[in-house]
Amino acid sequence: MRVQLWGTRGSLATPGPDTARYGGNTSCVSVTGSDGSLLVLDAGTGIRRLGASLPASLSRVDIMLTHLHMDHVQGLGFFAPLYRPGFEVHVWGPASATLSLQGRLMRYLSPPLFPVHLSELPCRLSFHAVPCGRVAIGEFEVEAGMVCHPGPTVGYRIRAANGKVLTYMPDHEPALGNPAFPSLPRDWTSGADLAFESDLLIHDSQYSAAEYPRHTGWGHSSLVQTIRFASLCDVARLVSFHHDPNHSDTDLDQMTAESVADTNPAFQVTAGCEGATFEL
Amino acid sequence: MVARPSEGSPAISTHKPIQLILARQLASSLAMPIVIVDAEGTLIYWNEPAELLLGIRFEETGEIPASIWREQFAVRDDEGKHIGQHEWPLVIALTQQTPVSRTIWVGAPNGMWRHVTWTSVPFIAQGEEFLGVQNVFWEV
Repeated sequence: MRVQLWGTRGSLATPGPDTARYGGNTSCVSVTGSDGSLLVLDAGTGIRRLGASLPASLSRVDIMLTHLHMDHVQGLGFFAPLYRPGFEVHVWGPASATLSLQGRLMRYLSPPLFPVHLSELPCRLSFHAVPCGRVAIGEFEVEAGMVCHPGPTVGYRIRAANGKVLTYMPDHEPALGNPAFPSLPRDWTSGADLAFESDLLIHDSQYSAAEYPRHTGWGHSSLVQTIRFASLCDVARLVSFHHDPNHSDTDLDQMTAESVADTNPAFQVTAGCEGATFEL
Repeated sequence: MVARPSEGSPAISTHKPIQLILARQLASSLAMPIVIVDAEGTLIYWNEPAELLLGIRFEETGEIPASIWREQFAVRDDEGKHIGQHEWPLVIALTQQTPVSRTIWVGAPNGMWRHVTWTSVPFIAQGEEFLGVQNVFWEV
């Protein structure tokens, strides 16, 4: 599978000279299989460029939403395939206890927040609530699992036909309430079943170790916590993701270098950079 | 490109649902005895205050299946009459998935009896999925 990052920023789109290298668009990742299957992980502002780059021959896309916070759905209405008549768009994401996935999304994708109603879109749109066990989508086997983040939120584990595994958890605070994280075994660690022995883990790393204590409970991790989580899960490679809007490119370089030096992981750690691709 | 449920690939079963993970984190930071039981009735976690009440340390025993803990504990009412397991708050919450609270005497494996209000509350997740029971013990 080919994994490409179209938006790596968390919370708020942050364009500007200070963020030009790692990027200012919010969460969006494309996953393309050898058979052409396309998964889009989250619909942050990065999805607009992705939509514009898709070949005219494509007839289906599956958008896997981790949750419905604004930075993960804001780009959805600007995804070009939604406006192609007959194009098949499947949206997967968590429902709430009282409202369907479609109903929750319509809160944003309807006036006055957005000019077009979901029902007015010419594409063939369908919705699927997760978690719902493992599903086959094209050549991929996809499993969603609830993870620790405010509101219904999932991570995704994606296995390609060649057996390689990508795990995507852009918003995740496995260390919540556990100052000595990771002091508990994998079975008792949020998201560890999804990330276990992944070839590539894309994971929340919004804060520096110094910043995290002031943001406990906000649903995010420090990069040091993320490296420790990845070590617990025996992943092969880690991409840090969901960068804080207040972190410049220089800040991210420094934070990555310091966190790696502090933890000395056995795997490669790469700061997620808009446009970066990974072949698995 | 048809999306369909995969067959023959059950989800990883040993991993705890996020709701139980969060319940354990909360219980570990509280001063009142709390015992968490999964949907099968296995004692999967109890905090340090509960260790004093139950007379067993979680670190020493780990999880305890229902078939074992049902034989290790005894329950009596205020008059000293034996209360059958089917009337224990935990067992009612497990079998009927309804909250129950009752003031009773609990006998631990170490022979100690404690007078407590035992409150059992089921965990129901989205889709009406029953995940287990949280038990809070309040010493009378």
